[in-house]
Amino acid sequence: MQYLELIKNLSFVQWAFYFLSILSLFGALGTILSKNPIHSVVYLILTFFTLSGIYLLLNAQFLAAVNIIVYAGAIMVLFLFVLMFLNLKKESNELSQNSMLISAAIAGGLLGLILIVAIKKAETIRVNYNDFDAKTGMIETLGKVLFNNYMLPFELVSVLFLVAMSGAVLLAKREKGDSHF
Amino acid sequence: MDTVLIVKAIIVVAIFAISMLMALYETYAERVIAAFIQDRVGPDRAGPFGILQPLADGGKLFFKEDFIPAKADKWLFILGPAVAMSTALLSSAVIPFGDTIIVAGQKIDVQGMDVNIGILWIFGIVSLGVYGILIGGWASNNKYSLYGAIRAASQTISYELAMGISLLAIILMTGSLSVKSIVLGQHGIDWNIFYQPMGFLLFLTCSLAECNRTPFDLPESENELVAGYHTEYGSMKMGLYLFSEYVNMFISSAVLASLYLGGFNYPGMDFVYNKLVGSFGEVTGHNLATAIGTLTLFLKIFFFIFLFMWIRWTLPRFRYDQLMNVAWKWMMPVAIVNLIITAAAELSGKPLLYNWVGLAIFGAIYFGLFPIFKKKTVSAN
Repeated sequence: MQYLELIKNLSFVQWAFYFLSILSLFGALGTILSKNPIHSVVYLILTFFTLSGIYLLLNAQFLAAVNIIVYAGAIMVLFLFVLMFLNLKKESNELSQNSMLISAAIAGGLLGLILIVAIKKAETIRVNYNDFDAKTGMIETLGKVLFNNYMLPFELVSVLFLVAMSGAVLLAKREKGDSHF
Repeated sequence: MDTVLIVKAIIVVAIFAISMLMALYETYAERVIAAFIQDRVGPDRAGPFGILQPLADGGKLFFKEDFIPAKADKWLFILGPAVAMSTALLSSAVIPFGDTIIVAGQKIDVQGMDVNIGILWIFGIVSLGVYGILIGGWASNNKYSLYGAIRAASQTISYELAMGISLLAIILMTGSLSVKSIVLGQHGIDWNIFYQPMGFLLFLTCSLAECNRTPFDLPESENELVAGYHTEYGSMKMGLYLFSEYVNMFISSAVLASLYLGGFNYPGMDFVYNKLVGSFGEVTGHNLATAIGTLTLFLKIFFFIFLFMWIRWTLPRFRYDQLMNVAWKWMMPVAIVNLIITAAAELSGKPLLYNWVGLAIFGAIYFGLFPIFKKKTVSAN
């Protein structure tokens, strides 16, 4: 009965949060549990979508939009694109080996332990509803912070991107003697 | 508050219904325009002038056998058209179809939602639209469908770059990502197309490519790939794919009209507004002025839809390597040059003059100096 009361008293935002959380967990589990890699990618897209929804609940609209454009819109399309070229009909049998299972269980357990400790130790800053600036996550604020306080890191990251891009072009460039098709 | 919510709900449903209705009659317009260009009669049997033709087509599609190939991935096969259709419909939410209307003393936007990332929303949804084609093409378990899907993916990603960069120039000029602010910044005849002629052409080309319209309909080119990604589809599933293309066309026409042709702005709108408010009173006059603005927007949308169809029935299809060359070697560099010119013009304080000066200088360099270098490199090889 107590739980029923709790569910009845949930606000709209809480309903949205729980719905999105359950959906994102479902997507994440589907990503690692499905045997077909294409299905994994589709589940992962669902996860990104729900994460964007959670960003929206936090009033971070720009982050939500960029998450959809960059991850769901570009990177996952490339993932899907590459996976479609590969004929991954054969199942990998790595999980049938005992040593693999044991090491995976240990690594996963340790990671889980660290996460639990980190969450326990993390300070939870309660935000005061009355004097909290609702525009914190908006793009205007973000732009001002990014181009005032973090100007140098921002520029350095863009240089890094440029280097990565030219590296990719260089790798893909046809060398002398390569076959022309 | 309640009346505001109800009016808002009515507006949202109306926008949704209008997108569907427009898509429905775009199929009819496509046939009529194709017939006109090819000197045929076109559909004239169903109703007067054949205006019931879309309903007849829809009925035919619904009653056809809904077939799923034996070796297809059943759920993804169903998901494909659903994703294509829903992403096509989502992006109309942020397009301002008019200024505000006054109901019960409150101003209400004639728009699904006015978010401050409106243009990014459209961009994100457009980039998601390719999943419908990609998933459907792969799930069909057919080589031609897969080729169509892969072509669609690479084409969309390539043209999104030039589209995004030409969009950046607009954002640079307006200083806002909200579509409403962009439209409000083009008051009267102060339209962005006069500042951004090159950006407009780039954006128009990219929207053709994103809609898979004819010079860029490589994903479904019938002489190479049977019917591309929807080879295995039949019945209303194929109907949804075809329909989503028309919805996309309507939305991109609306986006083009809002970004470059001033949306609901028209020359002499202040004069009309003052006249209407003067003769009908504050509330009715304001609402009537908004209605005229909405009508202007729809005229612009009709113009773009006609342009899209005209292009489709006039131009031949690109070859695949040409398509990629146009995107990467031609449109993207030009878009970057356009962005630089716009940035310099904005800094100069006289954007209109210096945009054209910058474009003229670029044209002189491209057509005057560039051929000289080109000849040299050719002779060196």
